[in-house]
Amino acid sequence: MDNTPAIEAIELTKVYGSGNTEVVAMRRASMSVRRGEVVALLGPSGSGKSTFLTAVGLINPPTSGQIHIGGQFVLDGPHARMNLTSFRRKHVGFVFQKSNLIPFLNARENVQIALELNDTSPRAAKKRALELLDNLGVKDRSEHLPTELSGGQQQRVAVARALANQPSILLADEPTAALDSVTGRQVMELFARVAREHGTGVIVVTHDHRALSVFDTIYEMEDGLLIRQSASTTRVSEAIPHSSETAPCPG
Amino acid sequence: MNLALKDIQHNLGRFVLTTVGVGMLLMVVMGMAGIYRGVVEDATLLIDRIGADLWIVQHDTRGPFAEVSRVPASLMHRARAVPGVKDSREFVYHTIQRERDGKPFRMAVLGLSWPHDKGEWVPLVAGRPLAQGHFEMLADVSLGVRLGERLTFGKETYQVVGLTRNMISSGGDGIAFFTVADAEAIQFDTSGEAVRLERSARKSRGERSELGTKQPSLVEQASKPSGELPAIARPQISAVMLRIAPGANVQQVIRTISGWGDVSVRTCEEQTEYLLKGSVDKARRQLGLFRVLLTLIAAIIMALILYTLTLEKIHSIALLQLIGARKPVILGLILQQALLLGFGGYAIAYLLGQQLFPLFPRRVIVTGGDLWQLAGIVLAISVASSILGIAKALSVQPNEALG
Ligand SMILES: Nc1ncnc2c1ncn2[C@@H]1O[C@H](COP(=O)(O)OP(=O)(O)OP(=O)(O)O)[C@@H](O)[C@H]1O
Ligand SMILES: [Mg+2]
Repeated sequence: MDNTPAIEAIELTKVYGSGNTEVVAMRRASMSVRRGEVVALLGPSGSGKSTFLTAVGLINPPTSGQIHIGGQFVLDGPHARMNLTSFRRKHVGFVFQKSNLIPFLNARENVQIALELNDTSPRAAKKRALELLDNLGVKDRSEHLPTELSGGQQQRVAVARALANQPSILLADEPTAALDSVTGRQVMELFARVAREHGTGVIVVTHDHRALSVFDTIYEMEDGLLIRQSASTTRVSEAIPHSSETAPCPG
Repeated sequence: MNLALKDIQHNLGRFVLTTVGVGMLLMVVMGMAGIYRGVVEDATLLIDRIGADLWIVQHDTRGPFAEVSRVPASLMHRARAVPGVKDSREFVYHTIQRERDGKPFRMAVLGLSWPHDKGEWVPLVAGRPLAQGHFEMLADVSLGVRLGERLTFGKETYQVVGLTRNMISSGGDGIAFFTVADAEAIQFDTSGEAVRLERSARKSRGERSELGTKQPSLVEQASKPSGELPAIARPQISAVMLRIAPGANVQQVIRTISGWGDVSVRTCEEQTEYLLKGSVDKARRQLGLFRVLLTLIAAIIMALILYTLTLEKIHSIALLQLIGARKPVILGLILQQALLLGFGGYAIAYLLGQQLFPLFPRRVIVTGGDLWQLAGIVLAISVASSILGIAKALSVQPNEALG
């Protein structure tokens, strides 16, 4: 069994701009997420949560610090140690607040394209896309365009797409902000479930304090500083053995 | 999964409309080339059909197709006597404009050297060649006349006995064929008053001359129709056409006639060249410039369309990059749409042209070579015009999807 963390961020610092306009959005932020672990990232607006998430998601490299994903040393400060596009394709899944889906593709195609971009044959991709949508409870909406789906359904499709290539980590930036509290809660529970089923490390940025019970670990960001909070009591104890049992780590 | 097609499908109506627009623009580009080909074809067809080897024209002129040429009618007989000449024919050619049903009626009048030439060489689509020396005509369908119709020019009425197609003057007017005598009668139609005035002038000239005073019968003669007077020359003709006897030396014939000081000799090729370098050349340059302009406009419009199509997709492109699409995937998306737009438009231009070009007043000839050339141009402008969109798309950062 692979016990390397899904993600390990070491002392990430991000400085936007320079001189007078310099903003230090993130100061020596470190985080380690196990496979199957679900992490909540809280914090006031402007504290640097999105900066952290996009840094570990390899779309906004940090000014300094190191990022290891799935045991591989990917980023050393702003320097990529491998092709980020292809690495992202295989190892990182994203879900955002809204507009996660390509508007001219239907639900199934939105999932399928992620697979096809990763060199899965169209037939296999279609089959797997339908399985994923089924698993997330939106199979009956698979041939509908994003505009024909409810907010909750759209987020489920987005989760399906993010999971399509069995990534090491799943990053979500306020994925429930545009949803009502019941649907929001369902989507949060979905993250916990897929983390366990797929052995994916999940980081969710959220403002929604009502849904915190689904998380294994809670981090809080304040003015660019990342602080680990007390773990969510209900989940943490059961999460670790559970994930190490079921995490299907391909390869 | 083809992203370009999926995107088009999503906005099918708009894409089709845009393609039709581009197609109509390309049809005009296609038509411009076709109109030029038509003008050249029409201009040279007549000279080719007539099939004369040499043309004797007024001294130092470029011949009846290029400018006014006048030679005496007797030149025909003089030319026939040159060794190596098989036969010679009179050629009368001029454009007239009359009224018909209250509308201007322009036609090029071509005289046939009756009785040697009855117009058998004229490609008829209906009817027959001329069968009598007077009052019959062959007319091009573009003149809008029917077989059997009678038309009045001057004092006489002529019946349409044969119809031709695509016999057009370089000015675009349909050609009508008459006998030389009729053609001259139409051109030199003189009113009764003019004839009376001319006769009395002749008479008074005769009375004033010494000969007239001594021999009054001569003065009497002057009142007769001019055609019966040996001393008065027949109206002049435009040119004389020669056919060279088989095996005869053309250069020798040319040298002989060139020695005559009153006329010039032109080969069939020279006649065609004068036409193409003269009146047709301006039309060619005009059409060519228009074609270049329209091609540029089509390219600019396509670039704008593709750029806006790309702008609309910025979010999708950012998303695609986020989920790990390589640059060629993004590039392909835009380039494929550009090519679909270009060649969809090209197909529409072709199909629409097939329907519309025959309705044009002058011939529009779309050749295979021109079609290939335009296909090349469409390919080039599709690729060139997508560069703007591709540059924009490749500058998109994946984190733009976060918005
Ligand atoms: N591209 C950028 N250029 C300059 N400054 C930036 C940029 N992106 C973010 N910042 C700044 O960095 C800080 C952290 O921003 P970030 O978006 O990470 O905050 P956040 O915690 O996600 O806020 P919110 O909860 O409102 O989404 C803010 O002060 C912001 O103004
Ligand atoms: Mg944010």
